Amino acid sequence: MSLLSFLIFSPLIGVLVLLFIPKTQEKLLKGLGFLATIPALVISLSLFFQYRSGLKLETLSEKLDWIAFKNAIQYGEFFTIKYELGVDGFQLVLIILTAVVATLAAIASIHIKEEWKGYFMLFLLLETGMLGVFAAENLVLFFIFFEMTLIPTFFLIGKWGYEEKVKAAYSFLIYNGLGSAILLIVIIVFFARTGTTNIEALQTIMTSDNPQLIASMSDDLKLGLFIALLIAFGIKLPIFPLHSWMVRVHVQAPPSIVMLHSGILLKIGAYGLIRFGMGIFPEQFKSMAVMLAVLGVINLLYGAFLAFVQKDFKMVLAYSSISHMGIVLIGLGALNEAGVQGAVFQVVSHGLISALLFFLVGVFYERTQTTQFEKLGGMAKAMPITAGFLLAGGMASLGLPGMSGFVSEFMAFLGLFKEMPVLGAVGALGIIMTAVYLLRAVLGITYGTANWKWYGAKDLSPVEFVPAVALLALIVLIGVYPNILSEPLQSTLETIMLRIGG
Amino acid sequence: MDLETLLSFEWGIMMPEFIILGVLTIITLLDLFMPKTQNRKILGWIGFVGILAAIVSLAGLLDKEVASILYDTFRLDAFAKAFKLILLVGAGLVMLLAISYEPKEGMKEYRGEFFYLFLAALLGAMIMTSSGDLITLYVGLELLSISSYVLAGIRKSNLQSNESAMKYVVNGSLSSAITLFGMSYVFGLTGTTNLADMRDMLMVIQDSQHVYLLVVAFLMIFVGLSFKIAAAPYHMWAPDVYQGAPTPVTAFLSVVSKAAGFALIVRMILSIFTAVAANGPGSTSILVNMEPYIAVVAAVTMIIGNVVALRQSNIKRIFAYSSIAHAGYLLVAVAALSLFMFDSLWFYLVAYLFMNMGAFAIIQLVTEKSDSEDLSHFAGLYKRAPFLAVAMGILVLSLAGIPGTAGFIGKLNIITGALVREQANYLLVGIMIATTVVSYVYYFRILAQIFFKQAPEGSESLPKIKIPVGIGIVIIVCVAASVLFGIFPNLAFDFLQTQFYEFGDFLQ
Repeated sequence: MSLLSFLIFSPLIGVLVLLFIPKTQEKLLKGLGFLATIPALVISLSLFFQYRSGLKLETLSEKLDWIAFKNAIQYGEFFTIKYELGVDGFQLVLIILTAVVATLAAIASIHIKEEWKGYFMLFLLLETGMLGVFAAENLVLFFIFFEMTLIPTFFLIGKWGYEEKVKAAYSFLIYNGLGSAILLIVIIVFFARTGTTNIEALQTIMTSDNPQLIASMSDDLKLGLFIALLIAFGIKLPIFPLHSWMVRVHVQAPPSIVMLHSGILLKIGAYGLIRFGMGIFPEQFKSMAVMLAVLGVINLLYGAFLAFVQKDFKMVLAYSSISHMGIVLIGLGALNEAGVQGAVFQVVSHGLISALLFFLVGVFYERTQTTQFEKLGGMAKAMPITAGFLLAGGMASLGLPGMSGFVSEFMAFLGLFKEMPVLGAVGALGIIMTAVYLLRAVLGITYGTANWKWYGAKDLSPVEFVPAVALLALIVLIGVYPNILSEPLQSTLETIMLRIGG
Repeated sequence: MDLETLLSFEWGIMMPEFIILGVLTIITLLDLFMPKTQNRKILGWIGFVGILAAIVSLAGLLDKEVASILYDTFRLDAFAKAFKLILLVGAGLVMLLAISYEPKEGMKEYRGEFFYLFLAALLGAMIMTSSGDLITLYVGLELLSISSYVLAGIRKSNLQSNESAMKYVVNGSLSSAITLFGMSYVFGLTGTTNLADMRDMLMVIQDSQHVYLLVVAFLMIFVGLSFKIAAAPYHMWAPDVYQGAPTPVTAFLSVVSKAAGFALIVRMILSIFTAVAANGPGSTSILVNMEPYIAVVAAVTMIIGNVVALRQSNIKRIFAYSSIAHAGYLLVAVAALSLFMFDSLWFYLVAYLFMNMGAFAIIQLVTEKSDSEDLSHFAGLYKRAPFLAVAMGILVLSLAGIPGTAGFIGKLNIITGALVREQANYLLVGIMIATTVVSYVYYFRILAQIFFKQAPEGSESLPKIKIPVGIGIVIIVCVAASVLFGIFPNLAFDFLQTQFYEFGDFLQ
């Protein structure tokens, strides 16, 4: 079996094994659930090191015949969909991010209280979906993996979440269902008009002057498709005003799932905008770039202001995610190398930071049954180590130099100031706001009025150390040695820049 | 007709029909002479074996060139073979459901009739797909309809079953009458009932008055036949009949009868109305001009089906509206009139056959022992019967069109077909996708009941759900097919392309 397929489907082996474990065996189920995420992690990391020592990623590509809607004699390659997987530097980075966060979220799942069997089966299904999304080389395959993340997440939120879980699950389902429905229209229009859904082929078709088509595609149609794509991924990212579902999910879902959701699932929106938006629609993207940057600044400020007035730490983090996704949009809207690089950095960096913060939320909730910082207060005394990690995570999130958040924000704004200085100046206000609300929240929890009830609560257990240390280490690594990320991204960025002519 | 001509016909191409007819006769006689006390289930198994034999004989006919007998009234082309396959497989699964059907009351005495009426209805449906003449077409239609009327009311002592049969008879005969009226116009203009001859006559029609008459005929026929497939606005009967009829009958109506209805619509309107030029020679045909009308019916059907389903709490009514919605999706394929029409219609019907049949099998199992079919019976099913819960989950996901299932590939195929033309109907596709998202709400409400809700108080004392062999087979086959055709759809497409040549011989 080919390596990439094995990497993507390896969690499913875990699903099969779990099927035969009785559902009362808590320890065994949790252990196996964790183990099943390991192969993907090991393979993706080893690929990364091989890549750094000169492995050509093209050799990993896979291509198999899959669906032929029409007979090959008459239609040839038209109306066929192949099973195509492949990675470039950017995709590899996202796959590693997924594998890392998934493994750590599996560790964080020790806090799950019931139905471990169903939980881990869905969890692993979700991981396969996420890995597949980043390796799919055609739109239909992408869509299938995309939806494969939707269904398990619906159940994971609806069954293992907090009080309002079912409502949150529905909200998630309807918004994302709508988003994927719009995406599906775009995909099928491509398929019907060009006879293919291969991303590379579509890129050539869209930029060539008179491509071979089944039916014509006017400029209006192309613009319409791009806007539809923008809305579809805008819901996922989320872009204001399409964000309300995401706040609900962040508050109601179990922390280990929010780690995945905020860390990876939201990033699919950014990945889609970069890979399909910039890749397939370079011209349309250019014409809408200013609007994207404006939307980005709105996201940044709106998220920051709302985060500032929240009383619940989970709400702060939810709005902070919206705010930080604004930076991705800002970077993309700038349309220059620094901006796009900043956006990609932000995708990875925020994935790690939010995973860390939500993990800590889970740790606190486990001990105190609350995430209101009025009730928490004085945690530096009660749980000094956890509080320390929280402080570090907060610093990374607000963009302290030496951590990954700084690099990405700096580059995104560097790009924006080059193109639209006024917008950049307005957006910079958001950076200040970020510092304000994060310090307010983090300091409120770690110092603040001490709540003696928690005094003597158990600090991080050895198992809980693993995710905290691993995530923080990666955050600092990217902060002090950004090259580890920018090197694999180099060639992808160059192709993108070449295409949009920036 | 003397014996010589009679013997010169190639009767072999009617083999599947003869087998069904033979088994039907045998069961009728056996039922008549069997002692009253004897269990009638054995008759069901005989019927099932008969259907299997018919499938085998149909498989033997697959390689056959297009052929027709009885002065072109019965023809066997790729289209007929493909649809007969769907009908036979569907009827086989329904038979298994019927064998295991054990309601509280009102079934014991009539079980024998139950089985042979299914076969009679199936025979009617098979003749419909194969007919090359309005007479055989209508005979098939009536055979199917009348058997279905009786089936819907077979639980004589059950009030709802009676109500449903009554509604079905009244509505159904009305629709048959309207269809027949429409046909009479075409007959009047051409003087023949043979579809191929009709085509030749209609090709040369130039008088615009005649064209108007044919438009009226088209509308009449289409209205009448939309009754059969339960398309809006002629869908009213479906929820009441589906709710009242015994569950195997509901499954039969929503799958086999609907597939036959689509076969009939396509056969009729494509054979007759593509031949008439709307505005003089060389112009587009009536059918192309009528396309917006079909599109409107499709759109309204999808909207009504999906939106009204949101308000239902009876599981069979939910599935009735869902089946209305699916008729709408299928009509999108007809309205598109593209090179994808036949294959997308066929594939979607295959997918729909399995996912809907499987769902009805589980509904039957969960609700047959209770008085009502309220959705709340499914509460906590995941705890009570995990296998059924997961199977229902997969089938419902397939109905909702989630990737990885056959339902998704079917929708993908239909929408591709609708968009492949130069002047694509984006509005219709938009409605189809939007209503699909609406359908998530009620499909996932079922799943939420199964997986999220706690089982109601006292349900621990409920007897464990035992899965009879027949239903077990149906569920496994349906789930496996829904997943298999979702992940490896080429199994079906290859078959379609190699066996049916994409229906190239439809008008030969």
